[in-house]
Amino acid sequence: MAKKTALVQGNQACAAGAIYAGCTFFGGYPITPSTEVAEEMSELLPTVGGKFIQMEDEIGAMASVIGASLTGAKALTATSGPGVSLKQELIGYACIAETPCVIINVMRGGPSTGMPTGPGQSDVMQARWGTHGDHAAIALVPESIQEIFTETVRAFNLAEKYRMPVQVLFDEIVGHMRERIVYPEPGELELIDRDPVTVSPEDYKPYDSTKGLVPPLASFGSEYKYHVTGLNKADDGFPTTKASLVDAEERRQIDKVECPEARADIESNEEFMTEDAEVILWAYGSSARSARYAVNELRKEGIKAGLFRPITLWPFPEKRTAELANQAKAIIVPEMNLGQMIHEVERVALGNCAIEGVFRVDGDPLNPGQIIDKVKEVI
Amino acid sequence: MAYDYEKSIRPGKLPHIWCPGCGHGIVMKGLIRAMDTCELDRNNTAIVSGIGCASRLPGYLDACTLHTAHGRAAAFATGVKMAKPEMTVICCGGDGDGTAIGGNHFIHACRRNINMTYVIMNNFIYGMTGGQFSPCTPTGMKASTTPYGNPDPVFDISKLAIGAGATFVARTTAAHPREIDKLIAQGIKHNGMSIIEVLDDCPTSYGRRNKFRSVVDMMKRLKKDAVPAKAAAKMTPEQLEGKFLTGVLYHDNEKAEYTEQYAALIKRVQEGA
Amino acid sequence: MSGARIEVIERNCKACSICAEFCPKDVLEMDVFVVKVVKPEDCIKCMQCELLCPDFAIKVHDA
Repeated sequence: MAKKTALVQGNQACAAGAIYAGCTFFGGYPITPSTEVAEEMSELLPTVGGKFIQMEDEIGAMASVIGASLTGAKALTATSGPGVSLKQELIGYACIAETPCVIINVMRGGPSTGMPTGPGQSDVMQARWGTHGDHAAIALVPESIQEIFTETVRAFNLAEKYRMPVQVLFDEIVGHMRERIVYPEPGELELIDRDPVTVSPEDYKPYDSTKGLVPPLASFGSEYKYHVTGLNKADDGFPTTKASLVDAEERRQIDKVECPEARADIESNEEFMTEDAEVILWAYGSSARSARYAVNELRKEGIKAGLFRPITLWPFPEKRTAELANQAKAIIVPEMNLGQMIHEVERVALGNCAIEGVFRVDGDPLNPGQIIDKVKEVI
Repeated sequence: MAYDYEKSIRPGKLPHIWCPGCGHGIVMKGLIRAMDTCELDRNNTAIVSGIGCASRLPGYLDACTLHTAHGRAAAFATGVKMAKPEMTVICCGGDGDGTAIGGNHFIHACRRNINMTYVIMNNFIYGMTGGQFSPCTPTGMKASTTPYGNPDPVFDISKLAIGAGATFVARTTAAHPREIDKLIAQGIKHNGMSIIEVLDDCPTSYGRRNKFRSVVDMMKRLKKDAVPAKAAAKMTPEQLEGKFLTGVLYHDNEKAEYTEQYAALIKRVQEGA
Repeated sequence: MSGARIEVIERNCKACSICAEFCPKDVLEMDVFVVKVVKPEDCIKCMQCELLCPDFAIKVHDA
């Protein structure tokens, strides 16, 4: 039987992916250019018995999502620009309380209100370091409508598996663009639920590191009662200021994402014509679409260009980026900001190749011509 | 005779962190008695708070307890209740947490009439940070950030809740312990948003700065100024000057409860599909 | 009238003096850092001390 296809907007594909992943709760607040995610969820969730709530503000939306997640629901919110700024404190709460949830950020420019209807990629560092304090981060950056669907599903899987907030960042171009989507059949994509608790209620500790880097999370309203706080806490969930306990908990919460096994599991990249490439275009999201076009054009002219496209932006693809820096004469980083990920590329390249950026923040997409010009200038 | 509070308190958590004379402990006892009166299954009870002295309360109680971020208790609690309406949800926190930084969540939880009970401990001050004025600090009084007397007008929490759409609103004080558990129990049993405002005392950060001789002095003043709402009906405005009303201030059984409304919506959508 | 056994959990008592001040029969007295039961035979079991103790430090039992 032919698979179901449709011509849909990125934001709609995101909502469809969330439902496919088993999302049963959405708490949101209207904001351009992400609003269609909320609109779609308000329509879809009741059909599957899920709950949609439009909260009084962005902070409330994030709070409701964490509350719902603690009852066992797969929970989602979607926002943009200023909304992400407002949510930062509670993204940190979800980090320290280790509460699974997915945050969609349909990126526009900034700072502040910026250009609400224009695209941007200026939240990529915020996705890593937006909330205060040390913490791990997972952020995914799909480039197409199909990939928005699959990466939204993967975001839920990672959130549940690693017990933490996962951000999916796509920019306004992809969010509002319409493309053909082929809907995966039920069962076609892997769906991951949070690990079940196996100990007795008396023995349950919500942050018990003897259970591994990701201790299982019980649901409120089950046979397990426990305490959740945003304070530094011991393995039993209660606040502590004991240095050794605080240190161990902080490090575990970062190790669970940064350890080699987790990185191998979480990282996801696409490479296009990188095998013999002398110039690497290191690009993500809609900028990668222009970069891919540029690679094809440059190859026609005999220039050995290739595309490295992180789909997982955080944790940063350190190993592969470093390898490419050793292989290539230059890495070009096109971004719809004034240079954010380029600093990470420079950090791991260790001066082994030339690194140049192509930046744009005027509300228009990066076009392939700009990238091609930069490549020719560099080589 | 002696009440068994211990069975509701997590082992090893007492003595609590509150200062000598702080009324929050009296309110916590009232909450425990109310939970017992309502025979709440602790596994199915979420107690949610924000930040501040009063917000440390959930950590002591044996239930599903959620100590959130400053001001956000009602919003987290809304997520819990929406996702699992079969749970009993109780919020607690202070006046600054609930009506300043959390004011927006507070009024909108009231507006929705979602079935929760919010016990708001109004001690007229930000205690944990050392006594800055809150929206409930009486005008003219001293706080660490109003060294010349508080220039701000005050919020009347109960009136705010009624205006915002809560359907059970009551007020009492820490000096009226038997009324605390009676009103909280009524709030828990009420199907909708219940606000129980408990005026209590912060001897450390408010009392000392405002020349109360002792916590007993503060509690006696609460007793003296409290007027039961029924008695107030027969009093003149002059007699009520400087007093506050206690007891059930508002009760409406007609307004639809939010999660029931949403359940009906789901049913309608699924049957129509 | 007596017949009450008043238990003070000294570990919890913060000596706020609320119980002693509100006791109508002066059964309790402050001893600097903790409350002391001085006249248990006068207790009328009004329970004010137990209800008003913020610190879970006083219990009125039947004798």
